[in-house]
Amino acid sequence: MANRVQVGAPGTLILRPPATVGVAGWVRQNLFSSPANAVLTLVSLWVLYVTVPPLVRWAFIDADWVGSTREACDREGACWVFIRVWFDRLMYGFYPESEIWRIHVGYGILAVAAVPLFVPRFPWKHWVGVFLLFVYPVIAFHLFVGGTFTVDIVDLLAGLALAAGTVARFAPALAARPWSPRWRSIYPAFAVVALAWLLLGGRLVGGPLLPVSATLWPLVETRLWGGLFLTLVVASVGIVGSLPLGIVLALGRRSELPVIRAICVAFIEVWRGVPLITVLFMASNMFPLFMPEGVSFDKLLRALLGVTIFASAYMAEVVRGGLQAIPKGQYEAAQALGLGYWRTMGLIVLPQALRIVIPGIVNNFIGLFKDTTLVLIIGLFDFLGMAQAAASNAHWLGFAIEGYVFTAFGFWIFCFGMSRYSQHLERKLHTGH
Amino acid sequence: MYRFIRTLAFLAAVCTLVAAGAEAGTMDDVKKKGFVRCGVSQGVPGFSNPDAQGNWTGIDVDICRGVAVALFNDPTKVKYLPLSAKERFTALQSGEVDVLSRNTTWTLVRDTALGLNFTGVTYYDGQGFMVTKKLNVKSAKQLNGASVCVSIGTTTELNLADYFRANNMSYKPVTFEKADEVIAAYDAGRCDVFTTDRSGLAAQRLKLKNPDGHVVLPEIISKEPLGPVVRHGDDQWFDLVKWVLYAMLEAEEYGVNSENVDQMKATSKDPVVKRILGVEGDMGKNLGVDNAWAHNIIKKIGNYGEIYERNVGPRTPLKLERGMNALWNKGGLQYPMPIR
Repeated sequence: MANRVQVGAPGTLILRPPATVGVAGWVRQNLFSSPANAVLTLVSLWVLYVTVPPLVRWAFIDADWVGSTREACDREGACWVFIRVWFDRLMYGFYPESEIWRIHVGYGILAVAAVPLFVPRFPWKHWVGVFLLFVYPVIAFHLFVGGTFTVDIVDLLAGLALAAGTVARFAPALAARPWSPRWRSIYPAFAVVALAWLLLGGRLVGGPLLPVSATLWPLVETRLWGGLFLTLVVASVGIVGSLPLGIVLALGRRSELPVIRAICVAFIEVWRGVPLITVLFMASNMFPLFMPEGVSFDKLLRALLGVTIFASAYMAEVVRGGLQAIPKGQYEAAQALGLGYWRTMGLIVLPQALRIVIPGIVNNFIGLFKDTTLVLIIGLFDFLGMAQAAASNAHWLGFAIEGYVFTAFGFWIFCFGMSRYSQHLERKLHTGH
Repeated sequence: MYRFIRTLAFLAAVCTLVAAGAEAGTMDDVKKKGFVRCGVSQGVPGFSNPDAQGNWTGIDVDICRGVAVALFNDPTKVKYLPLSAKERFTALQSGEVDVLSRNTTWTLVRDTALGLNFTGVTYYDGQGFMVTKKLNVKSAKQLNGASVCVSIGTTTELNLADYFRANNMSYKPVTFEKADEVIAAYDAGRCDVFTTDRSGLAAQRLKLKNPDGHVVLPEIISKEPLGPVVRHGDDQWFDLVKWVLYAMLEAEEYGVNSENVDQMKATSKDPVVKRILGVEGDMGKNLGVDNAWAHNIIKKIGNYGEIYERNVGPRTPLKLERGMNALWNKGGLQYPMPIR
């Protein structure tokens, strides 16, 4: 009886009509509220009845799970043995078995570093962000590629100083204590000196001053990368690279300086006007012909550049949409406060614009993530490509469907994850106006 | 004046160095690098395909391993670069790979205008037909009026049209974009006949619900000689890749295989075997490699017969009979040039 009791005016109890409560009530209200809805419900139930049981039977009941050869599969249901046998290849491509721990460590650092971003009141979020954007890529690069590396300690220190100085100059809020305005006047000279040293210093003094070279683990060439690992590398480089580049392009396109505007418009329209497959094809086929013989660029690097540039053109237009949505009053108010261009953009306009276009940005990311499968046509074995290669092995012919279902499931997990995170961000940043 | 001459001399030296760099042959480059870069497919069953451990296998792959053994006596000194059908020639021309071993059909245009050299034929393929046993068809000549499943926009489709016209027969094409769709349509009974290259028929057949219910007809309606490819204008390298294949074939012809090769080397009185295995003559030296090159190839990779049996032969899932790929003295087309 309890759920039939409804509170009406103070001090009275009204009983709901029996047809609207309980299971029967819910069914009646939601599924059979009108003849048309009743028909739709019945048709949907029939469609579910026709499709779901055979699917469940194929994927679970009749499926084969144990074994290590195709003989273990009777072809009645899905052959998940195929996925099991090929699991390592689908995850890591041709990455040497003994080095796979490096991929795990790479994933692990990322996971540990990303956890604080989900903790609402974590105090040093900015520093985690700086770590993820600037330090992690260096660590990950060395983890995944490996081999001998040489670092000049002096260069390293100069680089660190430059990074710290830049953070202090442009994002004083990040620094632990307020920096004196004097730093702002010194900074340009400091930046030029540090940059010049990094670019030319070694050559001027005839070699590294304090070289340290080490081989922590063997080199794994990028041609051995593959599977889900490669997909994640391409997607994350594309995502991390395209957002800042896209923002710069969007600002450039709205710039009042005609040359900059023309360059940005041309860049965006050219890259947006060609299909990604063409870009990749150019990167993999034409580019080597332009280079002198013997000089070859890493194939993966070429693909990464192509994907990033392509994605940034799209990103620019999404960001421009956000910039245009900001009322003119905001710009004028910023000017009235005496803010210059960069501070107007950085402190007033972009934070609002980017928040508006989060759905669009994430939409682009998801599209980019799925577009990475196109690297297949330039001979890189991404997640999907590896599944196809596995299904064309003479011993495993005929199991393509299992491969496709598995990769589809993998892609769905990542894309759905991104979508949920974007909704979380939207809710968190929603300030209600 | 002195300064001028010095400048000239310096320029000349630079030019010589640059020219020398450009002219250094592939063989020297490969020896210096210590590995062979081999362009393979993204997965053609039996020819080049990764296995579940991540190793490349197949006939085309074994050719590359053979080249590596001839040079370094180590079949692992190969770097495989999977290439799509479209980018394969560019990769070879631009020097990204040293040898392209990617079941590529030898044609005049490729051999000339594309600037390539085919080093031989590793596999004689040709287009064939498959029908269900239920139809009780014994010859392609009985296929008048049949519906044929075929991939669209391929030479396969053109060969099919030529064949039926030449034999005054009619047919109904059922075309699809991808091989997977074609075989699925055939399996679902949407056409009577499935056509593609014979090695492809064997592979696609395994995707059928009941592979034993189908039969491959004896007719072969096109020539598809598949072989390794190198760049024009590098004869030393061309020779090496060419003779790696011949050594494998010659070894089979003279009964040398990976199991008896050491014993043959020690005991054989046959001068041909002695020359192949480097006991007599300077065969390897003439190619620019060690005299034991063929011995090493046979020991580490096997002779052509062993390679065939291992990758596509009757005991593999592909179950391809030797047919045209038998040796010339066993009714096939494989005729190795003499090693002498």
